[in-house]
Amino acid sequence: MNFTLRIWRQTDANTDGDLETYKVQDIEPTCSFLEMMDILNERLTERNVEPVAFDSDCREGICGMCSMVINGKPHGPKDGTTTCQLYMRHFEDGDEITIEPWRSAAFPVTRDLIVDRSAFDRIMQAGGYVTVHSGPKPEPNAIPIEPSIAEEALDAACCIGCGACVAACPNGAAMLYTSAKVSHLGLLPQGQPERFERVQKMVHQMEAEGFGSCRNYAECEAACPKEISIKFIGRMNRDFLKSTLILPNNPRGKMDSQ
Amino acid sequence: MELDAKIPEAPIEDMWNTHKEHMRLVGPRNRPHYKVIVVGTGLAGASAASSMAAMGYHVESFCFQDSPRRAHSIAAQGGINASKDYRNDGDSTYRLFYDTQKGGDYRSREANVWRLAELSTDIIDQAVAQGVPFAREYGGMLANRSFGGVLVERTFYCRGETGQQLLLGACSALANQIHAGGVIMHTRKEMLDVVIIEGRARGIVTRDLVTGALESHAADAVVLASGGYSNVYYLSTNAKGCNVTATWRAHKRGAGFANPCYNQIHPTCIPVSGEYQSKLTLMSESLRNDGRIWVPRQASDKRSPSDIPDAERYYYLEERYPRFGNLVPRDVASRNAKEVCDDGLGVGPSGLGVYLDFKDAIQDKGDDVIGSRYENLFEMYEKITGESPWNTPMRIFPAPHYTMGGLWVDYNLMSNLPGLFAVGEANFSDHGANRLGASSMMQCLADGYFIIPLTIGDYLSRYEYGDVDTSHPAFADAEREAKGRLDRMLSIQGSETVESLHRELGRVMWDHCGIARNAEGLKEAITKIPEIRDRFWNNLRITGSGAQLNQTLEHAGRLADFLEFSELMCRDALARNESAGCHFREEHQTKEGEAKRDDQNFSHVSVWEHQGTDNEPLMHKEPLSFEALPLAQRNYKT
Repeated sequence: MNFTLRIWRQTDANTDGDLETYKVQDIEPTCSFLEMMDILNERLTERNVEPVAFDSDCREGICGMCSMVINGKPHGPKDGTTTCQLYMRHFEDGDEITIEPWRSAAFPVTRDLIVDRSAFDRIMQAGGYVTVHSGPKPEPNAIPIEPSIAEEALDAACCIGCGACVAACPNGAAMLYTSAKVSHLGLLPQGQPERFERVQKMVHQMEAEGFGSCRNYAECEAACPKEISIKFIGRMNRDFLKSTLILPNNPRGKMDSQ
Repeated sequence: MELDAKIPEAPIEDMWNTHKEHMRLVGPRNRPHYKVIVVGTGLAGASAASSMAAMGYHVESFCFQDSPRRAHSIAAQGGINASKDYRNDGDSTYRLFYDTQKGGDYRSREANVWRLAELSTDIIDQAVAQGVPFAREYGGMLANRSFGGVLVERTFYCRGETGQQLLLGACSALANQIHAGGVIMHTRKEMLDVVIIEGRARGIVTRDLVTGALESHAADAVVLASGGYSNVYYLSTNAKGCNVTATWRAHKRGAGFANPCYNQIHPTCIPVSGEYQSKLTLMSESLRNDGRIWVPRQASDKRSPSDIPDAERYYYLEERYPRFGNLVPRDVASRNAKEVCDDGLGVGPSGLGVYLDFKDAIQDKGDDVIGSRYENLFEMYEKITGESPWNTPMRIFPAPHYTMGGLWVDYNLMSNLPGLFAVGEANFSDHGANRLGASSMMQCLADGYFIIPLTIGDYLSRYEYGDVDTSHPAFADAEREAKGRLDRMLSIQGSETVESLHRELGRVMWDHCGIARNAEGLKEAITKIPEIRDRFWNNLRITGSGAQLNQTLEHAGRLADFLEFSELMCRDALARNESAGCHFREEHQTKEGEAKRDDQNFSHVSVWEHQGTDNEPLMHKEPLSFEALPLAQRNYKT
């Protein structure tokens, strides 16, 4: 198969970028999208042109590293699929394919198709955990958890942190990502003591990072490779509202200084 | 090289407790003065960094990915073992110890394996407390599934994404500590060297993968949690970035490398579809419970599988192993697949594949039963290949998956270099010559949550803190060497690409140091590898500069280390003139084609000492003793 690729090239965060056109020929339909990019890069290297920088690691759809907007869609045309799980047989011979990085003010471009997603990590650091040290713990079966609750928590927890939700959102909101973590821990008994403090801290951090707000476009759900439901955004909003009513001014008091 | 395993003097069941009771400690007020560097943020690295920081140590954590959560532990599917005995089926610490020792074909250190089994239950408690949503039964209790090679149900799981959930648990603890200031996190930074001062590990040199800047970081101890080396084969189930650089660099600075030839090949992976293939994807081994494995009887038969009548199909496992059929152990299944493909019977475009056929199972048991067992796996297969296993047989082939070898460590997980520790897949300690399913995550988390946080104190308490900083000339020297290597790679400006050379190395390793090895093939590999290495250093082409994000340069640096490490792997495989677990020397097999150990001569850990790149390495032996569990022939047949 032959393709014409229009690929975003940008040297670093401080330089302007532009779309460049490349032709790739003799690609097998069984070749994956990223393998097609590998072939392009190998051929560019042979011609002494710098290869296209892009993120990828596990190449089986779980690490969340790959991040390309393909023909305007984060992770490309297939539902429930990461870029690395996309194959060239999903395209027509002779197609022109446009490949861009995630577009969001909170995800500055590092180089070519690579963006800086550290804002996601900072949201997690603000409160995406149960505070618990390593060491002897109570017997886990002492707190039974209904299987449906555990399953729902896992539906949220399976987020791979790729950022496609942000890239797809017209407002550049990170609500699906943030709500997935808030809901995962908020559903489980282990997450209850910090539940309302967590939602406040994470939402505040999300806003501080410059992500937009949710306007119910639901583009995030459509783009999510793990098909995480926007019902979790509703759940997070309810918890956030409750938290503003429940939380005392300084929930930890003197604990914070320890 | 001195190899003192420091095994505590106590009966095996009391060893860890006795050791803990007599260990030196660092008081809470002194801990923040001690700085510990942790390289890697997979299950072992993230759990180690967060646990030590929570105790008060000053931790700096490094990963080459853009976020700690992306480390390859995230991709572990099946589950994690723990001898909870929730199923009341007779499980115990002893049984998990026994299964692990037997699974490793009696080539691991008993004391470590016992401790692993003992700590297994604490891991589940810890993970649940963090909010890991393990599968539950209707009554709300934790569910278990069975896994290969054992007779009890002790595997805990979160659907097919257990590794993801356990890693997110460990990384949430890490995030907590980053927020609290206990951990300074460095992402997109790759360790290029370890710095040894007066015999002790005192820091590392890293490259910032975005700016290209080389940096020195000093510490009171260094913990390597940098994973395994399956990517020496180019194609493996590992993530693209997995590499041997951290452990190999430590080895070149004097750390012993133990049992490099032990690597596990997983029998059920999706086969290579072409030269461009960049990685291999694992399919759960449970498929062999209902699928029938076959190839056409006639070589290079290009007919569609449905056009091949039963009489012309060679169900080779069922014919060769009538008692176990398609359920023979991993290594036997892998070796047989390779053999039939070597005979020209393989299927698919590359001829490197065998059929795994569900036609009979669907006919006998019905769509519902097969669907309930394998639907998600069938979907995953279809996503990748575009073929539905409901209509046509799957094609599978073995792939390198996990490496049991690694840096030699003592009972405290410290290498022979004081202050240099190795945890998780990066060390050699617990799996012997083969790893049991669902036990890699168990080892990573036992090391990280429960062992290293204590043993690091025992080490640190013996020294003054912070007496060395990056102004010491050893750091400048290490930086200069690292820069010299990068500059040299960039200046070659030859004509071969990193990918093509890595692929070539991978083929040599797969052909000669893969599923089955023999002396002749290994000797051939030992002559071929230096030739590829020469071409690498004389004819490599890297575009761009070192002062920028340059993925080709990153890959080249990793390949440079694989090109040295691979030779050691072959030498180890050649020196181990027996078969054990995954290390199958064709010269040593039973009548049934099983691995035949030579306990008389090879009941030891092979620990290699670097003698310079142009000299042959020196082998030392740590003898293994078998007191808690006497030696026996590994046997899965009766």
